[in-house]
Amino acid sequence: MITWIAGLIVLLIKMALVLGVLLFLAAYLVWAERKLLGRLQVRLGPNRAGIFGLLQPIADSIKMLCKEDIVPEAADKIIFLLAPAVVATTALLMFAVVPFGPEITLMGKQVPLVISDINVGLLFVFAMASLGVYGMALGGWASNSKFALLGGIRGAAQMISYELALGLSLVPVVMLAQSFSLVDIVNAQADYPFIIVQPIAFVIFVISSMAESKRIPFDLPEAENELGAGFHTEYSGMRFGLFFIGEYVHMQVFGALIAVFFLGGWRGPFLPPPVWLLIKIIIAALVMIWIRGTLPRLRYDQLMEMGWKILIPASLINIIITGAVILI
Amino acid sequence: MMTEIFESVKALGEGFAATFKHLLRKPITEEYPEYKRPLPERSRARIVLTCDPDGKERCVACYLCSSVCPVSCISMQSAENTDGRRYAKWFRINLGRCIYCGLCEEACPTSAIQLTPDFENSRLDILNLVFEKQDLLVDNCGKDRAYNFYKHAGIKTDSFDKGTRDFETEPVNVKSNLP
Ligand code: SF4
Ligand code: SF4
Repeated sequence: MITWIAGLIVLLIKMALVLGVLLFLAAYLVWAERKLLGRLQVRLGPNRAGIFGLLQPIADSIKMLCKEDIVPEAADKIIFLLAPAVVATTALLMFAVVPFGPEITLMGKQVPLVISDINVGLLFVFAMASLGVYGMALGGWASNSKFALLGGIRGAAQMISYELALGLSLVPVVMLAQSFSLVDIVNAQADYPFIIVQPIAFVIFVISSMAESKRIPFDLPEAENELGAGFHTEYSGMRFGLFFIGEYVHMQVFGALIAVFFLGGWRGPFLPPPVWLLIKIIIAALVMIWIRGTLPRLRYDQLMEMGWKILIPASLINIIITGAVILI
Repeated sequence: MMTEIFESVKALGEGFAATFKHLLRKPITEEYPEYKRPLPERSRARIVLTCDPDGKERCVACYLCSSVCPVSCISMQSAENTDGRRYAKWFRINLGRCIYCGLCEEACPTSAIQLTPDFENSRLDILNLVFEKQDLLVDNCGKDRAYNFYKHAGIKTDSFDKGTRDFETEPVNVKSNLP
């Protein structure tokens, strides 16, 4: 009983820590993104709230909390209200299986530095990723607005172009690690990170995970110049904020997944493991911001063509080659 | 096929290099409240009523600006002075409606109404954007430093009679047909 309670407390502490860090980082990723995009465009970015605009996330959240929360008259109320939560929750939940360090010994007990090491962790990640798109499509549909609906539909279309490539690109990783558990995948990279042997899978995974988190150049569901704000056109206040947080948590989660699958997860010399994971996440996020500052948005058909004609065949070929190499 | 892939990768690389180079450049942002860029003299913002070089009101209350204004935000009441000069008894511009098109300035025969580069005119209460004559009047000539309408108009005032100015000829007696 005592050990059970102690375990529960440790789990709660871990969850609170991860949640806190994720949300804090999401807020400051927004700041970093605005700052960096500003610099990429030879301007300053936010610089009014606090030094270097460091209080900007706080100002933004106060503003969003104080804004009126409008629910359109003709919207499907319940689904409309729930959709943002689905997006934000699934994004947060995905982090539950990401290991952020090796087992540590705490007061004579082994504490694994992962919230939950389930043996089908990878499948869990995919399930949550697709559910996130579900929340977006529902939000677009429930708004009962044509722009939002189109955004939601585009989101769904994007999902069927990318989910497959995303999954297939990781098959070689699973073949190499012989496990679906993210903990085992990180452990399998003790000697070398998988990016060295799987560069193609890495590229495919990065592209499809950017599409998955609806980052520019794949932000079709919220294309502002043709759809208003896309699936969240009708959302206001903190409900919009949840979509927004969801996107930035997604960014971090995919940064973490890129690290776990290809960059050796928390492995790295000198620094403590969680710091290494954090560094890798931040680097991935910065690269994503750089990509956002460079590439224009893809067209609907270009996106599907790229997904179906390039990424999926490429990942299939990659699987065959990896399989052949492993067999030999 | 290979060249195609090579070309597209090269193009992508160039794009990323271009944005990365900008990252290292100094931002060209002008921070507004700290630094106020001197605007060109002809930029169009707050409207003023200017005076002629003698320091007298230029506006002759001819209603031309009012009638040309596309949003009808100018109104006034004309009156006549004892010295024969017309003036505006009251003159009102609703700057909340003004679109700063500058048509009033174009239409004005006396160079009285002018748009200035002073754009910092937001008010907390929208009614404060209704400018009365005393808010509009300034004691200088604005952009047009020399023009004095009454020196050219051929109108009788205290200072000049008709045809007395050196570029004028004597007025013709229209009631007679003698040359
Ligand atoms: S600038 Fe244009 S809109 Fe404004 S008062 Fe003059 S004519 Fe009217
Ligand atoms: S057009 Fe000029 S002179 Fe005529 S009423 Fe307007 S400001 Fe006065």
